[in-house]
Amino acid sequence: MTSESMIEVDGLTKYYGDFPAVSGLTFSVRKGEILGFLGPNGAGKSTTMRVLTGYMPPSGGTARIAGYDIVSDSLKARQHIGYLPENVPLYTDMTVREYLGFMGKIRGMSNERIVSRINDVVEICHLEDYRDTLIGKLSKGFRQRTGIAQAVLHEPDVLIMDEPTIGIDPIQIVETRQLIKDLGGEHTLILSTHILPEVSMICERVVIIHEGEIVAEDTPENLGNRLEGTERLTLEVRGPTKEVTKAIRNVKGVQDVSFTNDDSGSGFYNIIGKRGDDMRVDLAKAVVDNGWGLLRMEAVTLSLEEIFLRLTTVEGS
Amino acid sequence: MTTTLAIMKKELSVYFKSPMAYIVAGVFLALTGVFFIDSIDTTFAIAEVRGLLLRSAFFLLPLIPPLLTMRLLAEEQKLGTLELLLTAPVRDYEVVLGKFLASFIILSGTVLLTLFYVLILTIYSNPDLGPIFSGYLGFLLCGGATISIGLLASSLSGNQLVAAAVGFGVILLFNVIDQITTIVGGAVATVLQAVSLTGHFDSFARGVIDTGDIVYYLIVMAFFLFLTIRSLESRRWR
Repeated sequence: MTSESMIEVDGLTKYYGDFPAVSGLTFSVRKGEILGFLGPNGAGKSTTMRVLTGYMPPSGGTARIAGYDIVSDSLKARQHIGYLPENVPLYTDMTVREYLGFMGKIRGMSNERIVSRINDVVEICHLEDYRDTLIGKLSKGFRQRTGIAQAVLHEPDVLIMDEPTIGIDPIQIVETRQLIKDLGGEHTLILSTHILPEVSMICERVVIIHEGEIVAEDTPENLGNRLEGTERLTLEVRGPTKEVTKAIRNVKGVQDVSFTNDDSGSGFYNIIGKRGDDMRVDLAKAVVDNGWGLLRMEAVTLSLEEIFLRLTTVEGS
Repeated sequence: MTTTLAIMKKELSVYFKSPMAYIVAGVFLALTGVFFIDSIDTTFAIAEVRGLLLRSAFFLLPLIPPLLTMRLLAEEQKLGTLELLLTAPVRDYEVVLGKFLASFIILSGTVLLTLFYVLILTIYSNPDLGPIFSGYLGFLLCGGATISIGLLASSLSGNQLVAAAVGFGVILLFNVIDQITTIVGGAVATVLQAVSLTGHFDSFARGVIDTGDIVYYLIVMAFFLFLTIRSLESRRWR
């Protein structure tokens, strides 16, 4: 761990009763880096964030934010954190301006600084027209922005965001991602998500967490290569199963074929091949040349569950 | 300190934005009005507010403070805003103190509105202002104690109704607990008499300011505020 790392986590463990929600987490985040925290629901992402932000103490291990221990120097550590909890809890009976003013006050900011920073963050988060709107009347996307605005209000060194793009519409997701990306560099950022493409879009480094433990840690590119070393296709073909399977197997690049029957008389073939060799042309040719009916060809993207399954088995062996 | 004041101001503004402050003041004034009329509408009526304050302490303090405090911590838990509040560089006691002060100010303001009755008394009569002053002092101390009980109730659950019901029950119990002293007798009776909320209020209403009674109310306040802080902390250590 270098001195320039803003977040240092060492052997972090959190038990809920006897259940280990997070166990032995160790990682560090450099200044200005955007770290993605990827994992399925219940993997321990939120727990880790709640521990880092000082909402709950760890059961074991240590963590330092901007050099301050989150337990023994909790108040100082918290001064350096901007936090956006999951589901963006806000006071619905306050206006955006009142709310930001309140958050600034309880973080010990001076009145002048609060006023000027509210102007800044309202602009950054594109909330100009909603300064005096009651938060309860804002749409989910604008609430999300208000949540981000309060998180960056006091110009914290470290930003921690728990599922920042959950529950908002696709256009707002794109805008929010861009906003988060812009915030990196200035701030050191940890964000959790269970959406794989989001990580590759925003993050410089990814920690994959599964059942409370880190199963992989890499750049999104490397991770992508590891995960997407294979390509998967689904073919729907009308023809004799045995011969079709044999023909598909002979196509260059195909590593494995499995057959699932369909009662409409055609069969589905799941094909796994090497990435890079585009099998589609050869596959189509093989099917058509034999006089069978090619009804459908579809590329299959890996679901997150499959990725986790693979990662956990790969790392385990 | 600034954070305590910031939280207090925020809660005060919420009271006035929601109908709660007005409902509480309205109910309080309507009922104390009835108590007041009843207390002066007798032959040989005395120009005093003792009856008014005693009945208010008995009937209104179990009712009004839990209504004021039920939202304070329960809603934060329900909305999840407690997570943001407690991860800000704020100490737990600053949060509790700020919320206590806000609800105490609303209660005090409402109680002081009843000085209107004192004004009527001074216009038409010549009341002894000493017992009136001590009576109000005692009432505010007793009110602070009930607010702290209500705040603890609000910290226990994310449900405002549960918070109000628990607060109401506990305060009412503290109010009536000295009524069985004659039955149980002995040391238990002394203890029950000593912990009774309204029991300590009687002397204030008669015009006697006893240090012991003041200390009692301050201890009750400190005790329940302390429990509230621990209750917030327990969420962290659970």
